[in-house]
Amino acid sequence: MKIAVCVKQVPSSEARVQLAADGKSVALADAEMVVNPYDEFAVEEALRIKEARGGGEVIVVSVGPESAQAEVRKCLAMGADRGIVVQDPALLGGDGLSTARILAAVLAELQPDLVLCGKLTIDVESDLVAVGLAELLGLPHAALVTHIEWTGERTLRARREIEGGREVVELGLPALISVEKGINEPRYASLKGIMAAKRKPIEVARPDLPAERVGPGAAGVRVVAVAPPPERTGGRKFAGEAEVIVSQVVELLRSEAKVL
Amino acid sequence: MVTNFDLTEEQQAVRDTVRRFARERIAPIAAERDRTGEFPRETIQELAEMGILGIGFPEEDGGSGGDTLSYILAVEELSRVDGSHGITLAAHCSLGVWPIHAFGTPEQKARYMPKLCSGEYLSSFGLTEPDAGSDAGGTRTTAVLDGDEWVLNGAKQFITNASYSGVLVITAKTERTASGSRGISAFLVETDAPGFELGKKEDKLGLRASDTRALSFQDCRIPKDALLGELHRGFPLFMKTLDGGRISIAALALGIGQSALDAAVPYSMQRRQFGQPICEFEMIQSHLAEMQTEITAARHLTYHAARLKDAGRRHTLESAMAKYYAATVTMKATTLAIQILGGYGYTKDYPVERYFRDAKLCEIGEGTSEIQKIVIARELVKLYA
Repeated sequence: MKIAVCVKQVPSSEARVQLAADGKSVALADAEMVVNPYDEFAVEEALRIKEARGGGEVIVVSVGPESAQAEVRKCLAMGADRGIVVQDPALLGGDGLSTARILAAVLAELQPDLVLCGKLTIDVESDLVAVGLAELLGLPHAALVTHIEWTGERTLRARREIEGGREVVELGLPALISVEKGINEPRYASLKGIMAAKRKPIEVARPDLPAERVGPGAAGVRVVAVAPPPERTGGRKFAGEAEVIVSQVVELLRSEAKVL
Repeated sequence: MVTNFDLTEEQQAVRDTVRRFARERIAPIAAERDRTGEFPRETIQELAEMGILGIGFPEEDGGSGGDTLSYILAVEELSRVDGSHGITLAAHCSLGVWPIHAFGTPEQKARYMPKLCSGEYLSSFGLTEPDAGSDAGGTRTTAVLDGDEWVLNGAKQFITNASYSGVLVITAKTERTASGSRGISAFLVETDAPGFELGKKEDKLGLRASDTRALSFQDCRIPKDALLGELHRGFPLFMKTLDGGRISIAALALGIGQSALDAAVPYSMQRRQFGQPICEFEMIQSHLAEMQTEITAARHLTYHAARLKDAGRRHTLESAMAKYYAATVTMKATTLAIQILGGYGYTKDYPVERYFRDAKLCEIGEGTSEIQKIVIARELVKLYA
């Protein structure tokens, strides 16, 4: 089975990011870059499927700057077999749909049996790529999946976390699944994995896509402003008898904070 | 952190992987294990599964590959979160596995290396005795050949990893009449050998979750082929072992010293006195500047010593300098970290008092700072001879 996993290089959630001078983006400067955590769940799931079946191929596909190869290499160190990156600056800088079109061009050629994605990337959180990609490739899609159970060689049941409950859906391959936290606990790369990753191939793909379909010019959605969250204001302290305070707090939660 | 140190992609990958593991898996248990002194078997096992217990040893011997510098980075990153994990790895790789790798026969290597590198069991190095610390020549443990077996008698002191070891490298006097460092040999002792006994677990100031015990041999019988290296020529063997081991203790110190900075800098930015963050007071700046400069210098010395070892070059002087200097500046950095945190730093609510207690071992273990200076001065005299 050929499994493609889409991964993105993102700043670590602990990185201190600052507003860039243009007011529309963030300056990453020296931020520590990592594999998007949800994509890491997808890589782990792909490796587990391959291991359980005793064979197959796991291919990591990434769209991003040249430095994103380091994140692809991390996935290879976990055990993925090879990588494909799209790093042509002319193709980058678009919106989520633009990224989905680039990935679709790569995957259309690759013809994987299963495509795994993270449910979102923690940098822009547009939640567009997985669903856009499934649409462009014409694949059945299950989102927010926390468990995959194989019911046959090419059929599976996916458990989805939905508001207030769970839903189980059945899909046949080829399919696209976007995974949610909780599906697995990603492994740490082993030393042997790190050594082996050096020798695994990373191919630079150059999909032929017209400028009006991808890149900044094709973006249907443009970011016009980015602002830091409002500074936290000091809390309020209540003193006195517990019974009195509790009713005061409840009243204020209702009238001021309006959360009750 | 700030400087790249010209690490290869592979070395960076090892460092980043161990750093992440330490943050995610070890940081949550470090303070509690310091309090209880319980050995962190689970996380050491996880490190074994990642191949870290075989780091720096070739794959054909059962190791995981990687060079000395990668190993040093692993010790440093573990120690940055928990010194007990750092010293456990350092004692295992440098003192237990390395002499077998470097001096073992093909049979000895085949028997032990795969088990040691996969973490089936750990290993230890028994040199120190109740009456022989810095003066290794004062070894009183004896080994006498009786037919096809060596018979060991004596005791060892402060042996790291002893409870979890399957095999120990120990030194014993094999030539009674020889004086000083002569007539000592090294042996491989399996821990189920008859007459071998573990002594009490030490109740230590720091590195409390690492395993440190006394050992005793009472007519302990081991096979004739358990001799490691040449008969009566054990002294050069363990001196070479310590040359490598000292780089790993320098890395232990570096990790602890870095953790002192990791705690002190953010605290000084957030703690306000007299209407400003204390990092803006010149005396605090002086402390921080000294800590950062000295830890960085120690890192250069340590990585340099590791690179010499990787290049197969002599590194006696460099490893002694790295250990001496890293231990000294780390003791100072952890002292200053407590000073910067003030009363809070003196409590167990903050981790710096643990770093301070852990740091002290670096000035004592694998050759005291005084011994390092003797090594450095002797090597220096050779350079001018």
